[in-house]
Amino acid sequence: MERQADRASSWIREKLFLGMSFREYLKSNMTIANGIAAIILAVAIPVMVYRLVYGLGPSTNLTDTNPWGIWIGVDILCGIVLAAGGLVIGTMYYLFGMRQYHHFVRPAILTSLLGYVFAVFALLFDLGRYYRLPYPMVVSFGLTSIMFLIAWHFALYIVALFIEWSPALFEWLNLRKFREFFSKLAVWAAVFGVIIAGGHQSALGALFVIAPGKLHPLWYSELLPVFFLVSAIIAGLSMVIVESMLTHKVFKKQVEHFDHAEFEKLTMNLGKGASAGLIVYFALKVFGLAHSGRWDLLNTVYGYWFLFEILVFALLPAFLFAYGVRYKNVRITRWTAVMTVIGIVLNRINTSLVAFNWNAPERYYPRWTEVAITVGVITMGVLTFRWIVNRMAILHDHPDYESMH
Amino acid sequence: MDRREFLKRVACISSTALIGRGDVSAEEAHVHTDRYGVLVDTTFCIGCRRCEWACNEWNKNPNQPVKNFEDKTVFQTVRRTRAATFTVVNRFKNPDDNKPVYVKKQCMHCENPACLSACFVDAFRKTEKGAVIYNPDVCVGCRYCMVACPFDIPAYEYNEPISPRVTKCTFCFDRISKEGKVPACAEICPTETLRFGKRQDLITLAYERIRNNPRRYIKHVYGEHEVGGTSWLYLSAVPFEQIGFRTDLGKKTIPDMSKGFLFMTKVFEIIAAWPLVFAAFYALSKVKDRKNKSETSSQGKKTDGHGKTS
Repeated sequence: MERQADRASSWIREKLFLGMSFREYLKSNMTIANGIAAIILAVAIPVMVYRLVYGLGPSTNLTDTNPWGIWIGVDILCGIVLAAGGLVIGTMYYLFGMRQYHHFVRPAILTSLLGYVFAVFALLFDLGRYYRLPYPMVVSFGLTSIMFLIAWHFALYIVALFIEWSPALFEWLNLRKFREFFSKLAVWAAVFGVIIAGGHQSALGALFVIAPGKLHPLWYSELLPVFFLVSAIIAGLSMVIVESMLTHKVFKKQVEHFDHAEFEKLTMNLGKGASAGLIVYFALKVFGLAHSGRWDLLNTVYGYWFLFEILVFALLPAFLFAYGVRYKNVRITRWTAVMTVIGIVLNRINTSLVAFNWNAPERYYPRWTEVAITVGVITMGVLTFRWIVNRMAILHDHPDYESMH
Repeated sequence: MDRREFLKRVACISSTALIGRGDVSAEEAHVHTDRYGVLVDTTFCIGCRRCEWACNEWNKNPNQPVKNFEDKTVFQTVRRTRAATFTVVNRFKNPDDNKPVYVKKQCMHCENPACLSACFVDAFRKTEKGAVIYNPDVCVGCRYCMVACPFDIPAYEYNEPISPRVTKCTFCFDRISKEGKVPACAEICPTETLRFGKRQDLITLAYERIRNNPRRYIKHVYGEHEVGGTSWLYLSAVPFEQIGFRTDLGKKTIPDMSKGFLFMTKVFEIIAAWPLVFAAFYALSKVKDRKNKSETSSQGKKTDGHGKTS
């Protein structure tokens, strides 16, 4: 009995408190970053409870004319597109056999997994009857709905990502048999994931194809699904660059044994891909505009905003990536990735909020409570990411296990 | 044959070859002669708003004495349907003679409803009689129907914390399915504004009125073709965009806009699946090969290719 209790306490100490005593662990968490996170959550969590108890009316600025706000525009649209890293790296690594991207795989998969899980978590606050979340899966099927496709794809993709990530979990739990089994399953999960991730990334764009009368003609296009898919690939590549840059700064100790020259070379290669993607994306946007023929709208306030979006955040980063690659400047490549991510976030916000209902009598601006929940959910995602990276073999190989490859 | 038609046919042919069944959506636009409709002749409406009162009464929405509906100050703003208000009458100005034009607004009951096609739990239904009705028992509250509706009709019970519903005009489906009963608004209307009947007959009647009084009406029956046709039809003396209607919606049905995408996605996922599965199979066998090789060449070496091992 005593030995068992001992074993349990040492397990907690090793696995949860990073080998420190509880007191040391608490002390190690007294940092400025954690203080900020604590303040955010101290505001956000009561707001979440308030939303669930008092409903959408008192906690949002949503109206009958503007039924969707930032919980869809930011949490879902931006959250999911920025979680495309798993799709991109998964394809490159598992399907194209680019083994050199080995150490990008686990962080990218984890980022995607958490991105999806927290996007769905955020969605719970937006749904009027959140407790019916599984209804499209088990109760009633709206087969003609794009939303139906998205719901199923989200659910399946989260399972696929979980399988892809689970070897790290089983290494941490020291369950060798599970780890072997799921490592093999991971390749299949990756294949399945690639197929359906493309489907729902484009479906998020297709959501708005249904509302030609409400979305500004410069943003509306029958090509919206293609725009969303191509920009998701670009976002995936850029996010992998940004996320690896950040993790290498924050978790310095874990990447001590890294080959930095190799890392920078691969970063540049990703930049090359993003550059090509951005050129294609820009061309498609221009093609979409030509197809609608609404050149006249460019000379309006919305037109300037549209030009700002595609020139500064699509064409310019395409050239900056190319420049960074050509002159082997990893700094420029990284900052361009940051810029590209901002640009794609801007595109999603424009499509769902700024250019949506542009002609409606009532416009939407988020209430502070909506912002609080969004920021709170993002904070939770970041904290979860850090918690896992600190404990499991995400940025490095687990010393007790051979590399999967 | 234009480009879209061409693409559609190509998709049709390839899909027929693939899964043995074509995309039937293009041919699906049957005419339902049995469906009811209401013809709203805005030239008769006097803005008494009794339809609003009767609507609230029948649908058990919060109501006021019918006298209060004579209050004309509500016309100072253009109103829309709300959670407990399934129909509203708005006032516009006829630019020719500056006389008021009253326009009743409610669900148009589309022949091919956008809300129905948008709903991911199939909460909407187009009944045989023509009503588009909503089933709150499966609704999750995503509000995509409100995004999809081209007429901005569905409203939401935002102030209902636990079980909010989407609300809209029901075409009094519980009344019209009984013989001889008409919607509550049409029943109370003291003028010739609201005429309930078979949609097909109403279209004939509308054109008759236009023909007999060409100076009274513009030559357009709103709802005959808009977004593929609606059960509710409108006649007007002034162009419809001047009395709060959208005339840029086109004749294409809204569900068709997502159909193409859903179909292409499914086809893509079926086609793309195979090469990807083979690629994975290949990748796996390669890993196995390499493992066998590395096991024979250097036994005991655990890690490979990750950073600098030295």
